[in-house]
Amino acid sequence: MRGISKTFAGTQVLRDVDLALHGGEIHALMGENGAGKSTLMKILSGALRADPGSEIRLLGRRVVIDGPRRARALGIAIVHQELALALNLSVTETLFLGRELSRAGLLDRRAMRSRCQALLERLGARFTTDATVAGLSIADRQLVEVARALLAESRILIMDEPTTALSTCETDRLFALLRDLRDAGLALIYISHRMAEVSLLADRVSVLRDGRRVGVLQGEAIDARSIVQLMVGRDIASFYKRTQTQRRQDSALLEARNIGDGRRVHGCSFSVHAGEVLGLAGMVGSGRTELARLVYGADARLSGEVLLCGQSLPGSDPKHSIRAGLAYLTEDRAGLGLYLEMSVSDNINIGVIGADARMGGLLDRRRARERSAAAIANLHIRAPSPAVPVQALSGGNQQKVLLSRWLQTRPRVLILDEPTRGVDIGAKAEIYHIIDELARAGVGLLVISSELPEIVGISDRVLVMREGAIAGELTGQAIMQQSIVALATSSAAPRIH
Amino acid sequence: MLKSFRSLAFRNVGMLPALIVLAAAVQLATRVYTGEGRFLTAQNLSIVAQQAAINIVLGAGMTFVILTGGIDLSVGSMLAAAAVVSMLTSIDHGSLGIAAGLLTGLALGLGNGSLVAFLRLPPFIVTLGSLTAVRGLARLIGNDTTIANPDLAFDFLGNGSITLIPGLFAIPWLAALALAVIIVSWFVLRRTVLGTWIYAVGGNAAAARLSGVPVWVVLLFVYAVSGLLAGLGGVMSAARLYAANGQQLGQSYELDAIAAVILGGTSFVGGIGSIWGTLIGALIIAVLSNGLILVGVSDVWQMIVKGLVIVGAVALDRYRLRGGARG
Repeated sequence: MRGISKTFAGTQVLRDVDLALHGGEIHALMGENGAGKSTLMKILSGALRADPGSEIRLLGRRVVIDGPRRARALGIAIVHQELALALNLSVTETLFLGRELSRAGLLDRRAMRSRCQALLERLGARFTTDATVAGLSIADRQLVEVARALLAESRILIMDEPTTALSTCETDRLFALLRDLRDAGLALIYISHRMAEVSLLADRVSVLRDGRRVGVLQGEAIDARSIVQLMVGRDIASFYKRTQTQRRQDSALLEARNIGDGRRVHGCSFSVHAGEVLGLAGMVGSGRTELARLVYGADARLSGEVLLCGQSLPGSDPKHSIRAGLAYLTEDRAGLGLYLEMSVSDNINIGVIGADARMGGLLDRRRARERSAAAIANLHIRAPSPAVPVQALSGGNQQKVLLSRWLQTRPRVLILDEPTRGVDIGAKAEIYHIIDELARAGVGLLVISSELPEIVGISDRVLVMREGAIAGELTGQAIMQQSIVALATSSAAPRIH
Repeated sequence: MLKSFRSLAFRNVGMLPALIVLAAAVQLATRVYTGEGRFLTAQNLSIVAQQAAINIVLGAGMTFVILTGGIDLSVGSMLAAAAVVSMLTSIDHGSLGIAAGLLTGLALGLGNGSLVAFLRLPPFIVTLGSLTAVRGLARLIGNDTTIANPDLAFDFLGNGSITLIPGLFAIPWLAALALAVIIVSWFVLRRTVLGTWIYAVGGNAAAARLSGVPVWVVLLFVYAVSGLLAGLGGVMSAARLYAANGQQLGQSYELDAIAAVILGGTSFVGGIGSIWGTLIGALIIAVLSNGLILVGVSDVWQMIVKGLVIVGAVALDRYRLRGGARG
């Protein structure tokens, strides 16, 4: 790709970007959200067309990619970050969607199922070919998307943040697979925000910033510090920035006792204190989100009680929790958190418009404007205006919108479920800063995260869940990635990731 | 700030150009076919406004429901039932017939709403059932005959006008009621907390629940409103015709109401749309029907043309929206 430029409605999103991809390499593409990575990949995969003057060559020959089908025909496949799967289809049907195998005009189910089975085994999937997509976790759906791309036997495979919802062993398996594909001659573009992964996996790294390619690192030169420096343009030290707060031992803001739902969560008890960041770690599927939802009242509890500042929460309706001062930021911000078509301002204010209302029901629009202006300024939300639909924002900024919605409700305890998933480096740093500030202000925070460096970096205490129960607690110096993994897997030999 | 206003206005202007073009086309067609421009006369426009009025009122109620991602197939039947009750009450109790009609609609709407909000039954199925059941109810109440009242106390609603400028400009009561309904609906949708909640439930019901929005209140409200406005439509219809028949009145009214809402740009899946769009959609349908009559097209062809225009207009609008989004 040479001299790629792209202008959207007056804003130049890509400026003269060059990208050279060789067969048999894993080429990582990094950059903050808004730097232009997604746009560049959309151009390559046919979803967008570059401005005139841009040139794409495949195996030396100039090609014009005028649509996704053309891209696929050229052997370019992309696995997106936000999955777009029809939930009612089976795995086999999804894999072969649009490319069904047929024999004499009829669907050849046996052939499709066996090929699907082979692929799933290769990926180490734990579900069957007949499983319905709706019943699979986000991690498993990811694997289906990967399998689908592999099925097309592409020459170029673009992976956009593939590991955000994968567990450690699933990630290892994916990496092994990607290395196999690379050795077989495939060219892979790997977009990720995770430094550790990129350092481990990539042969070369291209970094974009503000629509320009600012650097290409190769081999030995690939290290986290250089990458971050290129991405942000400045050196970020003390990334997680935990100021040592004096945790007030006496004031347990949230007490959960013997929480269970009879299925995914059993007898969990914990407490969150004022000014404390309690990390909740565990493998994907260990029940962390389920526990959070039970505590918050989004799902009905079978056993246990929750006390917020001494007051018992009925646990049947999120409304009560919000009113009492407990807020919950979901891990699935697009599906369960944001109103994608509503404006940024509406998304920020939706939690408090009831309380703000005048004369029993009228919107206080001036107040709403003030709130959203303040939120946008405080959290550095980058949006063209508060009136645009929130789906126009990048992942990091969407997350900040969702976070500011909860902050408007002035919570005493805030549960954050994967707060930095799909969020770029700069926004991540800002979110950690916000968490730090909240803790200093006396808010109790429960942070669920699958990113071990993150949990280790920001938590005062860490609870580790395993198969629906709390397997252990770590404090102070004992908080280390190895100990977390050991508790999460109960294996004798911890894997260092 | 100005740029965002312009882009928002562009999003909302939706089908208005289509309405203007249609009106111009009809005027031209009448000039060509009958020698004079019959469409844009004060008398004809008044007729169009009156004919559109009931559909506008039903469409407003339908907008509330569709915004939450639901649908109300029973508005035609509810209108009939309300009209019958209204007429019966008017015989002995005069203007109390208005209240009776409204309350009937409200009660039926609350019935629909309860099934959707509390039992979580799909709106399509619930209102499909009430479409039939309420029709039966309308026939039952009216003893399966036409209830007539030549001395209707509130007949001015269906036939009279409000004089705004004496001697010059009077607006028919039907049109005034329709306009009032639109304005109040706009106010509720855009200026109240409940209105924002309606858009939220339609946009992402799961997120709404997690954010503490009382989803059942919203659902109950929108179906109650739909019923209430169907009741108003029934009163308006009774006032206009001096009669009501439980079997014949309101047949397929729900289809015109739904068409008005969708033509106006409201999305079937909920969360996107405006009440002004419904107004324009209903006017497009009324102008089209009126135009076809003025030009002399037979009844049969009218239905075909109307159906095709609705599909074509929506297809054009979606194409335009999608084209803009891709850049």
